[in-house]
Amino acid sequence: MAARKPKAAGKKARGASKKSKLPGKEMLEWMYRTMVRIRRFEEAADRAFQAARMRGALHFYIGEEASGTGVCAALTDSDYITSTHRGHGHCIAKGGRLDLMMAELFGKATGYCGGKGGSMHIADLDLGNLGANGIVGGGLPIATGAALGSKLRDDDNVTVCFFGDGAAPNGTFHESINFGALHDLPIVYVCENNQWGMGTHVSDTNAGPGIVTRADSYGIPGVMVDGNDVFDVFAKTTAAVKRARAGKGPSLLVCETYRHRGHTVHDQAAYRDQADVDEWMARDPIERFRKTVTTAKAMSKKKLEAIDAEVLQEVEAAVEFAASSPFPQLDTLLQGVYTDV
Amino acid sequence: MDATKARTAANGETPVEQRLIFFNQALREAIDEEMTRDPTVFVYGEEVGVWGGSYNVTQGLLDKYGPLRVIDTPISEALIGGAAVGASITGSRPVVDFMYQDFMGIAMDQIVNQAAKNRYMFGGKNALPIVYRAAFGAGIGNAAQHTQSLEAWFTHVPGLKVVAPSNAYDAKGLLKSAIRDDNVVLFFEHKALYRERGDVPEGEYLVPLGVSDVKRAGANATIVSYARQVQFALQAAEQLASEGIDVEVIDLRTLYPLDIDPVIESVKKTNRALVVHEAVRFGGFGGEVAAQIQELGFDYLDAPVKRLGAVHAPVPFAEPLEMASFPSVESIAQGVRELMQGI
Repeated sequence: MAARKPKAAGKKARGASKKSKLPGKEMLEWMYRTMVRIRRFEEAADRAFQAARMRGALHFYIGEEASGTGVCAALTDSDYITSTHRGHGHCIAKGGRLDLMMAELFGKATGYCGGKGGSMHIADLDLGNLGANGIVGGGLPIATGAALGSKLRDDDNVTVCFFGDGAAPNGTFHESINFGALHDLPIVYVCENNQWGMGTHVSDTNAGPGIVTRADSYGIPGVMVDGNDVFDVFAKTTAAVKRARAGKGPSLLVCETYRHRGHTVHDQAAYRDQADVDEWMARDPIERFRKTVTTAKAMSKKKLEAIDAEVLQEVEAAVEFAASSPFPQLDTLLQGVYTDV
Repeated sequence: MDATKARTAANGETPVEQRLIFFNQALREAIDEEMTRDPTVFVYGEEVGVWGGSYNVTQGLLDKYGPLRVIDTPISEALIGGAAVGASITGSRPVVDFMYQDFMGIAMDQIVNQAAKNRYMFGGKNALPIVYRAAFGAGIGNAAQHTQSLEAWFTHVPGLKVVAPSNAYDAKGLLKSAIRDDNVVLFFEHKALYRERGDVPEGEYLVPLGVSDVKRAGANATIVSYARQVQFALQAAEQLASEGIDVEVIDLRTLYPLDIDPVIESVKKTNRALVVHEAVRFGGFGGEVAAQIQELGFDYLDAPVKRLGAVHAPVPFAEPLEMASFPSVESIAQGVRELMQGI
């Protein structure tokens, strides 16, 4: 049911509506469907977790859907992304299948990784998703290497590296962006600042006038993005991707957004100020999208509701698929460590 | 040691006319040949380009292959480690130079959490054709932070292969195999070997990973080792021969996957085993080898398996201290004598 994304920007014009400056109908529908798929998928995963149908940890992306969706809307199918521990949204936005994802969260043999990875370790190379990552900051060198590979192979792909405000003070941030800028690599570094690194506020982890200003140090564009506005994310990523694909090097985008839930499924996020929470909840990216497109008459309520219903069905089917799938056979325990040992 | 014998043992071939070249030159030939054979192979790391590698292994490759395929990196070890993951899973074959094994600590997350686990945790689909090269080992006065033998760190992590050649012939053939391997291979080069010559024939040959090699046949005791200590063991064996002790020397060459069978076969014959490495003895890879000998060959042992390794201290600078800190030809010979007496 993952509706195919329209051609990405930068390669072909997408027939944007002249009146509203909104993307074309197909893209609007894809964006909405993608954001709703992310939210409903995670809500269903949460219910399954609370019902003890899955174990481990879940890091919810709820509230940040516009960021991953707007970024991936600007990519081709063969472009690469690296993701984070909070990676469900990136995987879905890059075209991931909900049934295979849910089965992986359930630890089932039919999951994306045969049950070896779980929530924090889903990849799909066929979709250009090089993988989520359990280590904060761990994906930055990997993404930079993928972009280096693209340059060597001249394959015209751009890599997007997702990371959070918690990774920005890590050495890998500087090592990677420095190298990417040195070699004008086709990469876009996307910092999703959801304000919280576990239970520590971004203001207590990052010195200086803001993460985005670090781009100046490496002579690359640094762009502030309203990470709860999918259209702003899409427009600014499109420009950065175009630049990268043209061989002009990386950009650093900082998407200001908000983690609606706690750090993990276990965290009630009691450390947050309620006024702050309320203010951010009022900027919910999905509600904003609905208001914008209905006001502009770019999408009807009926269409939105139809997509809602389709996504609910898709999610229910994914849970059913996961629940009814078998656990991996024990003889797979040692499979996949090496290609030949 | 006699490199011709190594060739004979490794390939079962008749020795051909000698071509003596340096260990680092043999490594260079391996990389050069593989870069010519496969356009997806490229080299990057600290000082690999203009400098030509801190031990001249990559000398001349920048001129020959250009700056796209021979890339000098900043001193950014995490980037160096992780970029290989991204490049390899998307279709390139990086040969990465960390310069010194000691520096790999800074890249440990990328090697251990990213490279080693990528294939397994993502469901066993990805190939990661990466070679991480690094110089290791003591004996040349580089002091505590440039001389360690940390191979056991890496053999402990599933998902990595670990190679440590003892001579130029093996170095070339093993490195070529490592570059062609679809897994993450850590290739450790003992820095005291770079300027040693060995007999390396012209032209194409491979030494497979995961195959131990009997470097010297003997009947009375078995020495198991790898890298530079194999050379010491062979010299010790010559000394011991004059004392009437006939020693077999087995070069593991690859630590993971470990080919233990030739070791067990040897112990069945000699009934005595000494495991030697330059790494700190406590917690070293020799403990694994000794344990496997006892698990698989207990009935054949006439004495406990003996281990020699470095003392439990950082490598000191002053020459007499440094040389006393890890096994020598003399301490190996003495170790065998004690083994023969059941001490």
